[in-house]
Amino acid sequence: MDKEKQHTIFSQPVFRHVGERGLLVEFSAEIDLETNQKIHAFCRLLEDDLPEGIVEIIPSYRSLVLVYEPLVVDMPKLQEKLVILYGDVESAIDLNAEIVEIPVCYGGEFGEDLEYVATHNGLSVDQVISIHSGTLYPVYMIGFTPGFPYLGGLSEKLHTPRLATPRTLVPAGSVGIANNQTGIYPIDSPGGWQLIGRCPYKLFDPLRSNPFLVKAGDQLRFIPVSRQDFFALQTETT
Amino acid sequence: MPAAFKISRPGAYSTVQDLGRFGYQRYGVPPSGALDRFAAQTVNVLLGNHENCAVLEMTMSGPVLEILAPCTLAVTGAAMPITLNATIVKNWSSFPVVKGDVVTIGHAEAGCRAYLGINGGIDVPVIMGSRSCYTDGRLGGHEGRPLVAGDILASCEQQIDRDTFENRVIPVAYRPTYSSHWELRAIPGPQDDYFDQGLELFFSQQFTITPQANRMGYRLKGPTIERKKTMPASIISEPSLPGGVQIPEGGDPIILLSEQTVGGYAKIATVIRDDIAKIAQAMPGDTIRFRKVSIEEARDIERKNKELLSLLKDEYSGEQSFAVLGKQYYKSEIFNEKIMNFLRQI
Repeated sequence: MDKEKQHTIFSQPVFRHVGERGLLVEFSAEIDLETNQKIHAFCRLLEDDLPEGIVEIIPSYRSLVLVYEPLVVDMPKLQEKLVILYGDVESAIDLNAEIVEIPVCYGGEFGEDLEYVATHNGLSVDQVISIHSGTLYPVYMIGFTPGFPYLGGLSEKLHTPRLATPRTLVPAGSVGIANNQTGIYPIDSPGGWQLIGRCPYKLFDPLRSNPFLVKAGDQLRFIPVSRQDFFALQTETT
Repeated sequence: MPAAFKISRPGAYSTVQDLGRFGYQRYGVPPSGALDRFAAQTVNVLLGNHENCAVLEMTMSGPVLEILAPCTLAVTGAAMPITLNATIVKNWSSFPVVKGDVVTIGHAEAGCRAYLGINGGIDVPVIMGSRSCYTDGRLGGHEGRPLVAGDILASCEQQIDRDTFENRVIPVAYRPTYSSHWELRAIPGPQDDYFDQGLELFFSQQFTITPQANRMGYRLKGPTIERKKTMPASIISEPSLPGGVQIPEGGDPIILLSEQTVGGYAKIATVIRDDIAKIAQAMPGDTIRFRKVSIEEARDIERKNKELLSLLKDEYSGEQSFAVLGKQYYKSEIFNEKIMNFLRQI
């Protein structure tokens, strides 16, 4: 945890209204791991003692949004409660967040841009794989598409700009890099990330009893696997 | 469940929707749901259904249905002409059909989205608590996609005798009128502090809806809304809610709707939920003005709207017709002129 950044966390939560049924609760003006851990801890505290009329709790990088029923929720009371929780949140931070292992088959037809990422950063392909899979990535938030994790912690050695022209179809499971971010495409979609590999699991399957493999607040580790293991794992899970 | 009808022609863009999927936005799943909640709720009330029953949201033009089993149907929302075999059927009313009937729902003559309800509600699987279709996520609705020719939809079983709900009408006074100019009430924020003159422009000038308008959002064209010089071009990505008006770099507003979970630009204002029904009925080329309201005003509107809907529902559980209700309604003191105007506008 970066001590120097502690002062960026607000001493009191900052509230902003999102229409008549949303409340944005801001923790900091910037992105950092400690702020984000606090946000997830705050969400857990709130869920344990959920005030009536709350429809959604949506954590994000440096804030969260509460969606509420405007005719049920007493706003001044709710804000009072949130301020108290904000004071208690320190002790609720989970320093042992769940680690989710994501197998990745790097390169080949699964990671067409792996060579480019290596060349761009003056590294060998093996070095890219070793750096990318040697990091524990915090899941700051999920969004954009179902199950898409916004990850922190990509090594500066791997930063690579987006493709000049996005692909019209990126297959689900593709692992990519765009600027200072790395991530996984949970569903087939268009996209401009540099693709370095693919995960055989479905990050999101609406018909599975638990539709999502990863939740905000988890930590994620990529495990390199061979093509053979990729197909074996894929068969195993379908 | 019994098959109710087969789609002979699907219409421009028809999806199954209920009132939305909640609790999953933290996993990146947007609420979805009928864009015009009032029309979707009303069609269910007409048929004696729970207001959250799944209906068919039809965009710009409707489908041709071949009826497979006797049932009761109703269409509310945009004025799409309906014929049953060769006979004209009224909108905002329920009508019985039998096996072999052909129901044709045409192009919208006013408004943009109409809602087809069936007694019992459309029976598609409940995915994560809702029947709503989210096409980008390929989930919910009928196989997670808009309908195509040949699709067969079933209805859920209904406890109440459906005859009770035949030939019911919602009188004209309660139906919204659809024009090509819309006033949308909006609450400033969450990032109204990113703007100074831009905020004044936003609440005083007229905007036009571009062809980039769908269930994810509506792009507008109008005076360029500039942020304060000291403010950054984008914000750190945060959750977006339906109605949020995002100002991207070019300064042309985008109204975010119900198939969006995250936004990376400052949101100058948020359209109140009841006025999202107006956006649902607005077409590319239509004009929009935003009117500033407070949270308290928005809450009052919500309260009155809820009272109206529960009155409509009560009426259906009894024997009185809507015409009788109408007289009561005008006499009733709980509804003031404001809510009547609201109803006519939405």
